[in-house]
Amino acid sequence: MLKPDRDVGIVGYGAYVPRYRLPASEVTRIWNDGAGGAPVKEKAVAGLDEDTVTMSIEAARNALDRARIDPQEIRAVWVGSESHPYAVKPTSTIVAEAIGATPNVQAADLEFACKAGSEAIVAGIGIVGSGMGRYVLAIGMDTAQGRPGDALEYTAASGGAAFLVGPAEESVAVYEATLSHVTDTPDFWRRAYVHYPSHGHRFTGEPAYFEHITRAARQLMAELGAQPADYTYAVFHQPNTKFPQRVGQMLGFTSDQIEAGLLAPVIGNTYAGSSLIGLTAILDEAQPGDRIFMVSFGSGAGSDAFSLRVTDRLIERRARAPLTRDYIARRVEIDYATYARYRHKLQMK
Amino acid sequence: MRDVVIIGIGQTPVGEHWDKSLRHLGHDAVMAAMADAGIETAGALYVGNMLSGQLTGQEHLGALIADFVGLRGIEALKIEAACGSGAAALRVGVMAVASGMHDVVLACGVEKMTDTIGGVTTAALATAADQEYEVSQGISFAGLNALLMRRYMHEFGMKHEAFAGFTVNAHRNGAHNPYAMFQSPVSEAAYLKAGMIADPINLLDSSPVCDGAACVVLAPADRFRDRARARVLASAVATDCLAMHDRRDPLALDAVALSSQRAYAQARVTPADIHLFEVHDAFSIMSALSLEAAGFAPRGAGVRLAMDGEIAIGGRIPISTMGGLKARGHPVGATGVYQVVELVQQLTGQAGANQVGGAALGMAQNIGGSGATVITHILSAI
Amino acid sequence: MSIPRNWRTRQQRYSLKAEVCNTCGNTIFPPRDVCPHCAEQKQSWTNLSGRGEVYSYTTMYNAPSGFEEYTPYTMALVKLSEGPMLTAQLTDVDGNGVAIGMPVEMVTRKLTQDGDEGQILYGYKFRPLLRQAV
Repeated sequence: MLKPDRDVGIVGYGAYVPRYRLPASEVTRIWNDGAGGAPVKEKAVAGLDEDTVTMSIEAARNALDRARIDPQEIRAVWVGSESHPYAVKPTSTIVAEAIGATPNVQAADLEFACKAGSEAIVAGIGIVGSGMGRYVLAIGMDTAQGRPGDALEYTAASGGAAFLVGPAEESVAVYEATLSHVTDTPDFWRRAYVHYPSHGHRFTGEPAYFEHITRAARQLMAELGAQPADYTYAVFHQPNTKFPQRVGQMLGFTSDQIEAGLLAPVIGNTYAGSSLIGLTAILDEAQPGDRIFMVSFGSGAGSDAFSLRVTDRLIERRARAPLTRDYIARRVEIDYATYARYRHKLQMK
Repeated sequence: MRDVVIIGIGQTPVGEHWDKSLRHLGHDAVMAAMADAGIETAGALYVGNMLSGQLTGQEHLGALIADFVGLRGIEALKIEAACGSGAAALRVGVMAVASGMHDVVLACGVEKMTDTIGGVTTAALATAADQEYEVSQGISFAGLNALLMRRYMHEFGMKHEAFAGFTVNAHRNGAHNPYAMFQSPVSEAAYLKAGMIADPINLLDSSPVCDGAACVVLAPADRFRDRARARVLASAVATDCLAMHDRRDPLALDAVALSSQRAYAQARVTPADIHLFEVHDAFSIMSALSLEAAGFAPRGAGVRLAMDGEIAIGGRIPISTMGGLKARGHPVGATGVYQVVELVQQLTGQAGANQVGGAALGMAQNIGGSGATVITHILSAI
Repeated sequence: MSIPRNWRTRQQRYSLKAEVCNTCGNTIFPPRDVCPHCAEQKQSWTNLSGRGEVYSYTTMYNAPSGFEEYTPYTMALVKLSEGPMLTAQLTDVDGNGVAIGMPVEMVTRKLTQDGDEGQILYGYKFRPLLRQAV
């Protein structure tokens, strides 16, 4: 179990979801004669002028609007994503510049499939908890791509969230502890210079997603002496609708506990942003004293589990920026052709 | 200061000159003007051009064209003021003659726009606007004018069809100008159906991309009295900020007002004295705004002149009498010289079917950018 | 746009970094050396709210080089609440429902890119107020 010397929490948080939605029925229509079920209802799709940089900037600005701190006091900007616009050239420097956090700041891009964002949070807890810096901006954001016709095309979505990690005494929610479970498990990957990811089909389930989440979750609860019933909310990485529901059941959480953070049915899998934006949706409705349990999962593979306790600062601060549901509600449905254009699947030269 | 007269004019047809390069176009106009003036040489050549460096990779047009017309050795310079380059070259020529620095001066405008394709030409034209804060955002020249037109329609409660008169008038006049790019009339119905470029600006609100060259020969009145074709009564320049968004009021073309007032003062005339006005109708909204700022109509009423037929030949203030930028064509750096060539045609009774009856005083106004450089010339018949 | 040219104006482009004239108090964007209102030379840095309203707008069907893949897109003159006007794209509008006087807010978006290998240019655009759009 990881627990810093000084208590650390979330000083500000912000979500971002682009406005376009591709209904799963559109993917079914093109690739399966309109027959068969789908893993989500629809997914969020970034517009032509959006990418991980622009979405991270907006989520970061929402976090800053809630925290109302001087961005010059941010000591690190870490952006976790598997869709950084540049292969070499940090997303994080652009985000740091845009929010006014340069120049005395650490800035780096993290990659760990869908847990790059929670990895940034753990690192942030380390910086703030050690006293090296007062605030760290940790972001998980993606414009995920699935191969046309692949199962992932239903779910690979755009969106994510930003968290300003800072001292517990300024926080809307305090980290009680965190714990990671990481092994070399090749369930999903994308090789260099390749556009679409590959995956191990059913191998992505039991030995990967379920194994890592349940081990990280059980060990953290055990070390904290906590039970699922101690938590008002739980959120897990959500590659589809069923996986987080089932892993919640396996761990002993009820559907009531996971409902607030379960966004995959309406926005899809936002990869590095997935569990993080589930947490922002929970913070949008949680009450002081509530405890929140969060577990990310990244292919390759690993999980970070977190236990949080909400403070009474949350109520005032959450009204200072758009809610996660505000973004989800500004929905513009697109067809597969528009999706193909927006996600650069048309050969233009 | 000496009085300046025009003793010769020359122009090439405006259009897509696939078989002629920039230097040949310049040559044709200069040689025609020199022949018209009956001169063998000149003291200086000023070449108005905007885009040669961008579209043909060729700068240094002064020496290039001087050599190409057999005048190697004379003073020759390129003058640039975006789409106002032609009138700017003329203005420099007027200053050279008026000051006594030169006697016979060639003022030529030349542009070659068809050696490149659409997006490149569009981007090159947009260099007249602020590159760092307008063009970098994705705006084109048509786009800037569309912003003006939309606001105008909003402030004065106009519909798009209210502007049809400018296009119909220009094409009606262009139909009788053998040098015009478009020589057929356009109906109001055709105007309303034209394809959109930048809403509400459609193809028929907009002047075409084309090639052309025109030239005038300037000389001191006292020494060339017998050959004088028209007298230059006024030559005035005014400027405004480059970026439209920095204007005091985007719909008030302050530099048009200033340039016009300076010209009226020099010529000791008022707008009511002007018999015809070669307006910078690169877009129909510019006609409306220019008529207002130059004093021919109150703010918001420029379009009424078109609706009421007042801009037609025989109307209160005929504009675009040889087709204007819209129908004659807008080879950008040459346009200002074409306008003055056409004034000379009108003031000497050589405008054929487009002749403005009793034309004795004409004004030409050439605009660089969306109103940042405005050059006004007033000419009188001899 | 060239790399240095974009780089030296990045704070204006990403976050509307502006100036206030020390003499006449007017807000100036983009930053300049001489105040366009009073011609004095001393200014201080300020941050703009990013709020404003549409003064005029147009839908671009013919784009200049570098913007072709985004057509049709909407350009606007935006009057900022602090006073300056600027030229910018409207985003998240799809050509629908734009009107003169519409309140808008600044977002940082991708403007264009220098081919597949060159730099990506980010800058300000404006969109309808998010919370009114909901």
